[in-house]
Amino acid sequence: MSSTHLIKGKTGEWEVVIGLEVHAQVTSKAKLFSGAATAFGAEPNTQVSLIDAAMPGMLPVINGWCVEQAVKTGLGLNAQVNLHSVFDRKNYFYADLPAGYQISQYLQPIVGKGELLLDLADGKSRTVGITRLHLEMDAGKSLHDQHPSQTYIDLNRSGVALMEIVSEPDMRTAEEAGAYVRKLRSILRYLGTCDGNMEEGSLRCDCNVSVRRPGQPYGTRTETKNVNSVRFVMAAIEHEARRQIEVLESGGTIRQETRLFDPNSGTTRAMRGKEHAHDYRYFPDPDLLPLELSEDEVARIKATLPELPDDKKKRFIEQHKLSAFDAGILVSERASADFFEAVVTGDGKLGDGKTGRDAKLAANWVINDLFGRLNAAGKDITASPVTAGQLGRLIGLIQDGTISGRIAKDVFEIMFETGKDPLKIVEEKGLRQVSDTGALEAAIDEILGANVEKVAEYRAGKDKLLGFFVGQVMKKTGGKANPGVLNELLKKKLAP
Amino acid sequence: MSTLTELSLADARDGLRAKKFSARELAEAHIAAVTRIKPLNAFITETPDAALEGAAEADRRLAKGEARAMEGLPIAIKDLFCTEGVLTTAGSHILDGFKPPYESTVTANLWKAGAVMLGKTNMDEFAMGSSNMTSYHGPVESPWRRRGDNRPLVPGGSSGGSAAAVAARAALGATGTDTGGSIRQPAAFSGIVGMKPTYGRCSRWGIVAFASSLDQAGPMTRTVRDAAIMLGAMAGHDPKDSTSVDRPVPDYEKALTGNVRGLKIGIPKEYRVDGMNPEIDRLWEQGIAWLKAAGVETVAISLPHTKYALPAYYIVAPAEASSNLARYDGVRYGLRVPGGTLDEMYEKTRAAGFGKEVRRRVMIGTYVLSAGYYDAYYNKARQIRTLIARDFAEAYRKCDVILTPTSPNTAFAVGEKMDDPIAMYLNDVFTVPGNLAGLPGISVPAGLGGDGLPLGLQVLGRAFDEETVLRVAEVLERAADFKHKP
Repeated sequence: MSSTHLIKGKTGEWEVVIGLEVHAQVTSKAKLFSGAATAFGAEPNTQVSLIDAAMPGMLPVINGWCVEQAVKTGLGLNAQVNLHSVFDRKNYFYADLPAGYQISQYLQPIVGKGELLLDLADGKSRTVGITRLHLEMDAGKSLHDQHPSQTYIDLNRSGVALMEIVSEPDMRTAEEAGAYVRKLRSILRYLGTCDGNMEEGSLRCDCNVSVRRPGQPYGTRTETKNVNSVRFVMAAIEHEARRQIEVLESGGTIRQETRLFDPNSGTTRAMRGKEHAHDYRYFPDPDLLPLELSEDEVARIKATLPELPDDKKKRFIEQHKLSAFDAGILVSERASADFFEAVVTGDGKLGDGKTGRDAKLAANWVINDLFGRLNAAGKDITASPVTAGQLGRLIGLIQDGTISGRIAKDVFEIMFETGKDPLKIVEEKGLRQVSDTGALEAAIDEILGANVEKVAEYRAGKDKLLGFFVGQVMKKTGGKANPGVLNELLKKKLAP
Repeated sequence: MSTLTELSLADARDGLRAKKFSARELAEAHIAAVTRIKPLNAFITETPDAALEGAAEADRRLAKGEARAMEGLPIAIKDLFCTEGVLTTAGSHILDGFKPPYESTVTANLWKAGAVMLGKTNMDEFAMGSSNMTSYHGPVESPWRRRGDNRPLVPGGSSGGSAAAVAARAALGATGTDTGGSIRQPAAFSGIVGMKPTYGRCSRWGIVAFASSLDQAGPMTRTVRDAAIMLGAMAGHDPKDSTSVDRPVPDYEKALTGNVRGLKIGIPKEYRVDGMNPEIDRLWEQGIAWLKAAGVETVAISLPHTKYALPAYYIVAPAEASSNLARYDGVRYGLRVPGGTLDEMYEKTRAAGFGKEVRRRVMIGTYVLSAGYYDAYYNKARQIRTLIARDFAEAYRKCDVILTPTSPNTAFAVGEKMDDPIAMYLNDVFTVPGNLAGLPGISVPAGLGGDGLPLGLQVLGRAFDEETVLRVAEVLERAADFKHKP
């Protein structure tokens, strides 16, 4: 670890140790142990089965789809898939936990050790260990703001399938933690096993943070619960690390406790009212048999895995000769990567009919022009008014000399505004590049004839004037002159 | 009319099909009998209207020759089974007013087979007990009396109301549930047949859970044939219960061939417990002799971990119960006693809603699952359970079924043993191992004790071999020729 990772306190340097527990909601129409729906934003208590409400005599039945998503995620994290895993009951009383226990996996999770590659800002990568992934059901929601003295309960979330993904305490800075969450979210989205939507609570993060002097054993950690954006994860860790250093440097000790992050103040505070230590009395749920998977099932699921960001990045660098930086940006979202590749390979529509477009050029257009324009318009790549085929054809028009790169920028803007095809815009606006020597010669002759003195100066050795003549001809042709042809012709005509 | 209530379930079935009487007459006779036995407190809820409605439908089907397996046969349902729109209390105050909007799979199966519901029977609270004295709705009295003694006796438990109703001829059969002996022990006490099938044979969906890994529903009837008929209607795979087993339900009645020649009957030496009533021992010897006469071969077997069964059971069952009963919190249904805070509401509701025995077991269960005690108790009990299952597997390499007494004693008086939970728990000593191993077992009335009260013999079998168990039980039943009535 380089010393840049250390935080300087009043009494010396400190190392921050970070481990993250991410709760990712499994993309599934039905809950983990019941057939009830899971749509976000439904009216309270409209997506509750008898099982979710823990009516007497009701029994859970595992949702096979959710199991498959957990396995898929495990494989995507290069993790060990456990063919035998067990569901346990985690017992505690709370009004939004109808059965008085949460069904989770404790000693024998469905997925064991794996790893995740962080892409850091300096272009370097770093591996973070995954401890485990297990399946569990979500609890309901307590609504404290509906009545002056009473709490209302919404059980729509009760029983929703979650994957708890636990990292090793391998991260050392808030930036690394941010990169971890971004990368994990990217992989989950590639796999389609979680939509990664942090605003809707599909992805929540518990941050375990401790500090220590370099080379010393781990310090006491605190856990900041339910942080729901990458920015907040970084802010919570940053604040918590500095708070702990301050406490320790002023002679205090860190209490192992659960804390909450307040996004308004950017600080963490200890959770109140949770003083009594919970004894969850975990034991195997007798209503569920151990989960048994076969090698064949795992192999079948493995065969459905898409190309994941790390592999895609590697391939973009090798196949498309992109820089690591550009490749990293393009693969961060599957939709961006797919868009880019569609631009490069073409979609077979009329336009140029060519494939083998300049990938580097395509990457520049996607990253700089398209992303920039989408950002400004507040749009997502999936809502882009310019299709990959259209952008591909625009690049095709540049490559085959139909338009210049500069004209292409104007065409792109019109495409973005109107959704029209580039060739149509070029034709309508007469933007086709003029490469016809006859037409260009006529324009050159006219300009040279009107600037006899400057021609003489040029011939006397003032080479810089070439730019002047190019500009004049361009102006005359409305910018459509092919710059290469124009340069060549001008030099020939100006030759003494 | 009263003769109709004396019929066996099988004879009533045949009588209906032969048009000797109608389903309505059969239902009315039983409704009258239910009313007559009110002093026994065997029912928590009576459903005469449902019985008459069911009988009307049965008569229509009988007329058309479309009778189903249990068409028109009036039965009682233990109040642990959720019945749609009908009060379901599990014998507890905490389920006050609870009318489930759903029907348990087992009862739904029975109605689909044409059976008719007389009502919901009283039981030990949440099926915890061997006396039926822990019910919030008051104890059930056995229809039996000791010779020369008119003190009321317990029917056994926890399915005490079902046992009393069937013994008193107020129902042709009744459902029970058996977690540690709750079908077989009250059957033995009440002079009827009670069968606990293999764990997984009947769906647990819609049955209020006591100890999920042990609970199993079964029939309580007056004959082995009746038990075979009723089990056939109750059993079957249910995708809503992950522990229910997907294998076909055989025609159990067909298994009653009367031919047990060549079968090997295991006699476990560990079941001769110290201080056992000598008349129980004599009855056991008698049972062995009857079966030998029918052509079976007896084999001495050993179930070495038997002595650990009861302690293991009284760890596993309360542990699961402590978790299963957490849902009765006053938030969504049943009793709620308001409190200033959430915790206060929990405490007041559960203190008022649960009786003493339930609270005792919830506390035991919570304790044995606690950090620091889990390995010493719960994990150890699970290991013992594995060893007990292995004992049986080993024994069944040498024999086909096992014969034992059902209970170490006859019925006791209401109020007796209440101050000594351990003595009460000892009632289950012969039945609990079958639950821990998940094996099928049946209790058959085999004779009377010196006090004039019924005694039962238990036949245990291999997993899912209910057929052999029933076949042997029927042979035993014929030999015993138990004709005594309360």
